[in-house]
Amino acid sequence: MIDYALYFAFACFGLGLLMNIYRVISAPAVGDRILALDTMVINAIALLALFGIHKGTTMYFEASMIIAMTGFISTVSYTRFLLRGDIIE
Amino acid sequence: MLVEILIAACLVISGIFGLVGSLGLIKLPDPMMRLHAPTKATTLGVGGALIASMLYFYFVVGTFSFHELMITLFLFLTAPITGHFVAKTHLHLTRKPGDLPPTGSDRPWASYESDAERARIEAAAEGDTAG
Repeated sequence: MIDYALYFAFACFGLGLLMNIYRVISAPAVGDRILALDTMVINAIALLALFGIHKGTTMYFEASMIIAMTGFISTVSYTRFLLRGDIIE
Repeated sequence: MLVEILIAACLVISGIFGLVGSLGLIKLPDPMMRLHAPTKATTLGVGGALIASMLYFYFVVGTFSFHELMITLFLFLTAPITGHFVAKTHLHLTRKPGDLPPTGSDRPWASYESDAERARIEAAAEGDTAG
């Protein structure tokens, strides 16, 4: 039963990732593009956690932690660049 | 058996919420509405997946790992900050300073204050406290 739920969750997050890619390509404004990139990072973390369950190993949690930090820093720096024209003041 | 049902329910709920978050990013009409879908629904979806992972490793594999809790805490802390910054960027790029209500002080909204103006006002304030 866990296997089928796992496949369902894989399909949902994979479909979400595809929608984010579509939104990155055809965004009406630059804010939507940043938001879509941030959502892609979150979906990638979810996929990594699900892949860890699928393989039965805890090895992937360090990778998802690093991806979470990188995604947060990149989103904040991108928005700050748009706000102030400068990242580190 | 009960644990399996719990893990499967967590996985299915997390998948649905993740899908709803990404769908809302495409379907909602207004940029400020679109901000809500990923920062709320997708964060909840990831939280569900990580809780399912924690339950799986504790009850099925037999090892307890607290990495998931760390990732969940980090995501739940950073999602509001990200939403705030994206909303501020959107306001900054689409609204003119005249569209916003007055601040109630002699200084403008912080996003529109130029660096030279801010430096001048802060230098004047320091001069006041020193003098």
